[in-house]
Amino acid sequence: MSDNMRMKLKIWRQKGPNSPGAFRDYELDNVSSHMSFLEMLDVLNEKLIKEGKEDPVEYDYDCREGICGTCGVVVDGVAHGPVRRTATCQLHMRTFRDGDTITIEPWRSEAFPVIKDLVVDRSAFDRIIQAGGYVGVNTGCAQDANSIPIGKEEADKSFFAAACIGCGACVAACPNASASLFVAAKISQYAHLPQGKPEATRRALRMIEQMDAEGFGNCSNHAECEAVCPKGISIDNIAVMRREYLKAALKTGSATI
Amino acid sequence: MQNAEKQTAKPNVIDAILSIFDSTVGRKYIMGLSGLALVGFIVFHLAGNLSLFFGAEAFNSYVLKLESLGPLIRLAELGLMAVFVFHIIFAFSVTAQNKAARKTRYAVKGNAGKPSRKTIASQSMIYTGLVLLIFIVAHVWMFRFATRFNPEHVTIHGAEVINLYTPVVAAFKNPWIALAYSAVMLLLGMHVSHGFWSAFQSLGAYHPRYTPVIYTAGVLLALLLAVGFIALPGWVYFMVPVK
Repeated sequence: MSDNMRMKLKIWRQKGPNSPGAFRDYELDNVSSHMSFLEMLDVLNEKLIKEGKEDPVEYDYDCREGICGTCGVVVDGVAHGPVRRTATCQLHMRTFRDGDTITIEPWRSEAFPVIKDLVVDRSAFDRIIQAGGYVGVNTGCAQDANSIPIGKEEADKSFFAAACIGCGACVAACPNASASLFVAAKISQYAHLPQGKPEATRRALRMIEQMDAEGFGNCSNHAECEAVCPKGISIDNIAVMRREYLKAALKTGSATI
Repeated sequence: MQNAEKQTAKPNVIDAILSIFDSTVGRKYIMGLSGLALVGFIVFHLAGNLSLFFGAEAFNSYVLKLESLGPLIRLAELGLMAVFVFHIIFAFSVTAQNKAARKTRYAVKGNAGKPSRKTIASQSMIYTGLVLLIFIVAHVWMFRFATRFNPEHVTIHGAEVINLYTPVVAAFKNPWIALAYSAVMLLLGMHVSHGFWSAFQSLGAYHPRYTPVIYTAGVLLALLLAVGFIALPGWVYFMVPVK
């Protein structure tokens, strides 16, 4: 454990969505190994603000507890950095060594345009959810908790899929910038539950149609997404999505609904 | 009139197929299905061609067996070509879409490690596929068409059949052809090593217990295919005596 690590940073700087971006080199002294990756960037920004020569580095974060899905940068070519099942905010500087050079890039996908520096626009995910990632519920009094029995194994599968925090690391890590793992998780979490059955057909078709319309790539089964996912969502869900899609397409006789 | 309207409102099969072709998930179904069919063909192809080890008569009787199927073998050839065409066309369209999905590349490319199955093979499917495509065109020309321009016939079990053994041996006695053939077969192994398990996953067949088995089986199959196909020119080049 060290309190005065010296880091060399190569950070993608881009003024706005339409301006060209480039890497800039920074050096940062007195980095504590206990700092989180985002705290390290905070310290860099403090320094940049004090110096007053350039804008601080823009990056996304919210909870800093690894559960909100807001943060996320590509660290040395790996989304969320080198530690498995970890969002960028939970990555700590002890992972790196004194004197290391770290390259920091935003998620790269045409469907996630860069807003500024390391911040990308992930509203494509919201539109996919709006297309069908929901269930209809009765309003009024809450229903009796045990009125719909669900097997433990199915409930577990649904929960594992529902752990997706929508950070977009799957898209960032995919060689094809495919959103399959995200969409699969959001389809699969309902596919395993009776509550999700009524809308199953249109959910699969509409969400996949929207995913394609946003310009994500195809899934080539590299499984790199599962490896970077902070929640460890399995590509099993992608197979579920494909089955749901085939069922829906055969049922309606069409891939659009 | 009402009936006619009802019928047009009903989704028709052509539209359904076309819209499935248009979706990213649907296209992978086509890739997976056609890929598995091609693997099936290649296994059959290798098994038949192993008769090369047993000399001219064994090889030519295999040719005779296929030829005696008559129109059925021509139909199988056409079917095989159709599967190839589907696999190739969708491979190009899928790849074009993938390239368009990320125009700005990463400065640093990393690997997250397990459970990722991202390999050189998985990332070079379009390139190994392209080489295989060029190879297949040359291969089909060389052995399927060119051999039939000026064919020599032999008699086996009282039946007359085209002698394919001599041109195959002549080709593999050429060190450049034998070497190029072997190199391409390595690429075929690479292609299958990712393609086999990937096809199952594309068809929605995933199982926590069986998928690792399918993955390993795919790699072994790839190895077997590469070794088997390389053994053919190897055998001919080193072991078959020059006439």
